[in-house]
Amino acid sequence: MESTVAKYPELPDAAALDACCFHCGLPLPADLDLSLTIDGAERSMCCQGCLAVAQAIIAAGHENFYRVRTESAPTGQLLVPEFIRDSEIYDTAAIQGQYLHQLDGDSCEVSLILEGITCAACIWLIEQTIASLPGVEQVRVNYASQRALVRWNRARLKLSEILQSIHRIGYRALPYNPQQQQESHHRQRRQQQRRLAVAGVFGMQVMMLSISLYAGAWSGMEASFMQFFRWLSLGLTLPVVGYAALPFFTSAWRDLQQRRISMDLPVSIAILVAFASSCLATVSGQGEVYFDSVVMFVFFLSASRYFESMARQRCAASVERLVQALPLTALRLDAVTGEASAVAASALLPGECVLIRPGDTVPADGVIRSGFSALDESLLSGEANPLDKVPGDRLLGGSINVTNPLQMEVTAIGADTVMAEIQRSIERAQADKPPLARLADRVAARFIGLVLLIVVAVAAYWWLRDSAQWFETALAVLIVSCPCALSLATPTAISASLGKMQLLGLLVKRASALETLHRVTHVVFDKTGTLTRGAPVLEQIRCMPSFAVDECLAIAAALERHSAHPLARALVSKADARQLVASEVSSVAGGGLQGTIDARQYRIGSVEFVTREAGATLPPEWLDDLDGDAQTSVVLAEEGRAMAMFSFADELRDDAVDTVAALQARGKTVVLMTGDRLAVARQVARQCGIDDCRAEMTPQAKIAAVRALQAASAVVLMVGDGINDAPVLAGADTSIAMAGASSLAKVNADIVLMSDHLASVGEVFDMAARTRRITRQNMGWALLYNFGAIPAAAMGLVAPWLAALGMSLSSLLVVVNALRLTR
Amino acid sequence: MEIIYLLIPISLLLLGLIVWILLWAVRSGQYDDMEGPAHRILMDEDQVVERDDEQAKK
Repeated sequence: MESTVAKYPELPDAAALDACCFHCGLPLPADLDLSLTIDGAERSMCCQGCLAVAQAIIAAGHENFYRVRTESAPTGQLLVPEFIRDSEIYDTAAIQGQYLHQLDGDSCEVSLILEGITCAACIWLIEQTIASLPGVEQVRVNYASQRALVRWNRARLKLSEILQSIHRIGYRALPYNPQQQQESHHRQRRQQQRRLAVAGVFGMQVMMLSISLYAGAWSGMEASFMQFFRWLSLGLTLPVVGYAALPFFTSAWRDLQQRRISMDLPVSIAILVAFASSCLATVSGQGEVYFDSVVMFVFFLSASRYFESMARQRCAASVERLVQALPLTALRLDAVTGEASAVAASALLPGECVLIRPGDTVPADGVIRSGFSALDESLLSGEANPLDKVPGDRLLGGSINVTNPLQMEVTAIGADTVMAEIQRSIERAQADKPPLARLADRVAARFIGLVLLIVVAVAAYWWLRDSAQWFETALAVLIVSCPCALSLATPTAISASLGKMQLLGLLVKRASALETLHRVTHVVFDKTGTLTRGAPVLEQIRCMPSFAVDECLAIAAALERHSAHPLARALVSKADARQLVASEVSSVAGGGLQGTIDARQYRIGSVEFVTREAGATLPPEWLDDLDGDAQTSVVLAEEGRAMAMFSFADELRDDAVDTVAALQARGKTVVLMTGDRLAVARQVARQCGIDDCRAEMTPQAKIAAVRALQAASAVVLMVGDGINDAPVLAGADTSIAMAGASSLAKVNADIVLMSDHLASVGEVFDMAARTRRITRQNMGWALLYNFGAIPAAAMGLVAPWLAALGMSLSSLLVVVNALRLTR
Repeated sequence: MEIIYLLIPISLLLLGLIVWILLWAVRSGQYDDMEGPAHRILMDEDQVVERDDEQAKK
């Protein structure tokens, strides 16, 4: 089963359609003729899997799926007996207890994580399919989080049957346990929505009344109506202040108790003072009311905080997928009989033996007891190519077995595994994250202290001089200095820019990242999957003079068709239509395949393998190339004779060179840090124009290197994608995860790219710079206004109504200025 | 202008209704998935039923 992150091609246009699988859009192999009549036309399929999936979809009467979909479907996989057995483990009581939510009677509920959803039509198809099963009571698929909630009757349908039916139409579903944290996120989000609704609806009503009051002040209004409107406004503002604004008060209070001053304090004081003085004016019938300013203030601030936390939660929703980094089930081999039985991976004990089939994820750390295979550790170490492992070698939980079945003795489980160690270093890195200097908070904190002092001084001065005027003057100073505009300056700019960035495909999880970005001096890139595509491409073929390139490629492809190794796939995809058929293909320990084509025996594999097994000698110039080479090579040989050498490289992303150059043009130092070999890293660094290149780094070494940079007063932006990058992403001053990144990396990055374009990194910098410019303009204006108006108010020159108007206008100016960011 | 003493209470009733509807919408999860329904509406089950009927006629 495919466990790597699959990338699906665009839907091919009509002309290219014939050459591609109708279901998944992959190119059609030439030696296969599979087709199915869909919508009255003959459609070709690339494999048995797609054919079976398409048949299942058509048979259920869901061919509408093919009409409304906007993306290709994931490549189909046959419903293999292994999957059926694996899914049946979910029917055992012990495992069901973890995932099933028992409702009344036989009715129960389960949450499923879905994989392979490419467009909205997939959701429709999945809902239709599950709903048509007998015993299903309700099914709801959430497109945003790619989860399904299924309620069904346990007596009539087994959980494994639901999983299998989803698998049959080409998707993967796994039950998951909605974590406590997610539950509380959910509650928190609804709470925020309620507060926003209250602030919005009551706010609009208050604004409406205020307009009548303003108009009345202009053209004259009967005192009784005015009083009535004021009392109404008071009543309508009450829920806004008493309910919608509560989070500001509680957070300000919490900060005060911890002897910190945050932006919430001036915000709370502004709300409370404006509201209290308006209440006073209403009760006494004298002075001005500022209910409109209060509600506008609360609404805008709540909205900006809501959008920020939405973006964060949306990303955090992928946290549970992390569970999948380690599989849920393992095949335990019985110590006595040697029989394999599926058990929960969490139930494994050190010393037990497990069977790991090709395509499976290693369930725990261990040592190979028998078998040999290539292991893909790219997510853990950043090493792009699968590593060959033989008995006695160590296996890491979370790596993927690529080629052959293995028997592994478990040595470490749970908290002792390397995967758990990486998770712990993430937690440590987050705890050590450099404290964020929040400009607005700092300025506002000093400002508010100053203002309070001034108010007291002014009140005292006027009290001594002219006791009749002291309250009005002190009030005018308070209102004029109300840091509304100042408090709104940053949040409005940030929420406007978050919205814009989301449209551009940049998901900002921590808004503070925008403030940090402009200070960034060093940009650290990971290699595999970040600067490069993360999949090998056939780069070069060297042939012995007596062989033709095409012939060698065809022979090699015929052999490699029997392997699931990424290099094999890269080779097969380059082979032309000329098909040879290899027989008796077997894979040999030490990295190679051998097989027979037209009664001649061929071998393909590593240089050591070919020289040892086939007795072939390689021309010295090939060996020279191999030594200093950044590429990975395999050699094809017939008995005693080398034929060709194929060299693969992990291709650079199209925009990698431009992006690095653009960053350097901004004056940033670009650093490459990778877990891969030095030669490979050097070549990539040379191609991209990166001078500082560090290779063969463990996650811990990466953190140490970033810490060293930070100690030298550098501000570091980390761009990465693997699980091995996750600790660094958390520890760097700010970080960006690629679209195809592992979930652990996404969770720990401040910004997640939603498209797979590296050039987006430049856009992030652009937006951050624009946001900062707007924020500074806003702050500048707010400070100018406040400091200009305070002396005037202190001298008793400003009437409170004028102060209120000024406050509203300056807040409005700030909001309008921020909205320029969305253009 | 005394009519305002009647109109405003009516508008307040309306306001109460709006708030209640919004709170109900939040509680029943109307805002939980802001993307799916936009697509879902384009793919109604009815189309499939129609399709089946067409085939039955043929």
